[in-house]
Amino acid sequence: MTTTPVIKAVGLVKIYQTGGLPVPAVRGVDLVVEPGEFVAIMGPSGSGKSTFVHMLGGLETRTSGEIWLDGKRADTLSESGWAVLRRQKVGFVFQFFNLVANMTVADNVELPALLGGATPRHARERREYLLAELGLEERAGAAPGQLSGGEQQRVALARALANHPRLLLADEPTGNLDSRNTRDVLKLLGKVHRQGQTIVLVTHDARVASMADRVVSLLDGQIVDDAPIARLQRRPAGTAGDIVELHG
Amino acid sequence: MRLPLLALLAKEPAHGYELKQALEVTFGSAYPSPNIGQIYVTLGRLEKDGFVRAVDVEQSNRPNKKVYYLTAAGREALEAWVDEPTEGPRVRDEFFMKLVLAPLTGIADRMALVNRQRRHYLSLMRDLDELAERTDPGNRVARLLIEGAMLHLQADLDWLERCQEDLT
Ligand SMILES: Nc1ncnc2c1ncn2[C@@H]1O[C@H](COP(=O)(O)OP(=O)(O)OP(=O)(O)O)[C@@H](O)[C@H]1O
Ligand SMILES: [Mg+2]
Repeated sequence: MTTTPVIKAVGLVKIYQTGGLPVPAVRGVDLVVEPGEFVAIMGPSGSGKSTFVHMLGGLETRTSGEIWLDGKRADTLSESGWAVLRRQKVGFVFQFFNLVANMTVADNVELPALLGGATPRHARERREYLLAELGLEERAGAAPGQLSGGEQQRVALARALANHPRLLLADEPTGNLDSRNTRDVLKLLGKVHRQGQTIVLVTHDARVASMADRVVSLLDGQIVDDAPIARLQRRPAGTAGDIVELHG
Repeated sequence: MRLPLLALLAKEPAHGYELKQALEVTFGSAYPSPNIGQIYVTLGRLEKDGFVRAVDVEQSNRPNKKVYYLTAAGREALEAWVDEPTEGPRVRDEFFMKLVLAPLTGIADRMALVNRQRRHYLSLMRDLDELAERTDPGNRVARLLIEGAMLHLQADLDWLERCQEDLT
């Protein structure tokens, strides 16, 4: 029995053409993500992480290669074809949250669910649940511009999850968050992952990456490592000790 | 271990086992549970140096118990320790030695070493996260200790990325 991967990327290439000089940002990447997997993408600044996940979400065109989403060839779709597919299947959290400025937080979060065909009541219930999980229920009536960067980022995550997407793509979802807010985001990610959510997430944050099943490392636009994060040998309970060493 | 024991004894005299328990309660499960033998060895050395003294306390139908207390010299040593600035962490990284030296011998390839080490750090981070989950939220000392370990691990990971960029 084989399952259809949520993502299959084959030989994916992106070359930006800026003022005549070609910039190869992604240079031949292959990736398969199975349903329910949580994959962390890491790598130095400029290694092509954002470019890669933007291509996976259809937000950036590829130069060459194939992208399959949930068994459907996606890279050959028109822009509007991509938009439909994205609305049905993908939740996206941008590195620099893209909220609609003249809509309230609540409307921002409900919009994708409504566009995806949810009833207003379902959209509202889902929104209330997600904002509560992220400690934002009080800000539902605010405009995005009235929120801090960290709050906007959490709203963006709630919006991405509003429609129970087949795939959650997130680019540095905790980049603007302090450690308490990061913890809220981690908890929610852990929860939806346990419920079967497929996640591909770019991060520099070791705590976020450590929740993933698998880590993919990019360097200069190529994958240099793709392997599971092993479980350490369990120590007997109560003697977790040797993680921390104090000297003195 | 010497100075922490002096610090605990400055609060009140105690026997070896009580010191072990006090360390465990204060630092929580993030701290390696001190071995009782090691505590007695350290107490013996402190006694020889004149920093602590022991009195035998009789116990009914058990061997006598040694209760330790701090001497004036012990208090001075403790004050000197508290007063002096503490060294920052130095990079004395065994992995870095491997990374620099192993490829010279042809035993290992740097890219593979870095990749394996990254995944190892992430496993450690996952462990710390689970430890944080299990730690009593009221134990601020233990929580801060775990948070410190996490921040160090993040720095190690960032440094690893720099090594990968520059050395592979
Ligand atoms: N729109 C663009 N036009 C031209 N070059 C671009 C464009 N976007 C990205 N690049 C270049 O492509 C390369 C990869 O960029 P990308 O944003 O994917 O990196 P990243 O890994 O996400 O970095 P960071 O960690 O800083 O977010 C870089 O060299 C970048 O300068
Ligand atoms: Mg980026």
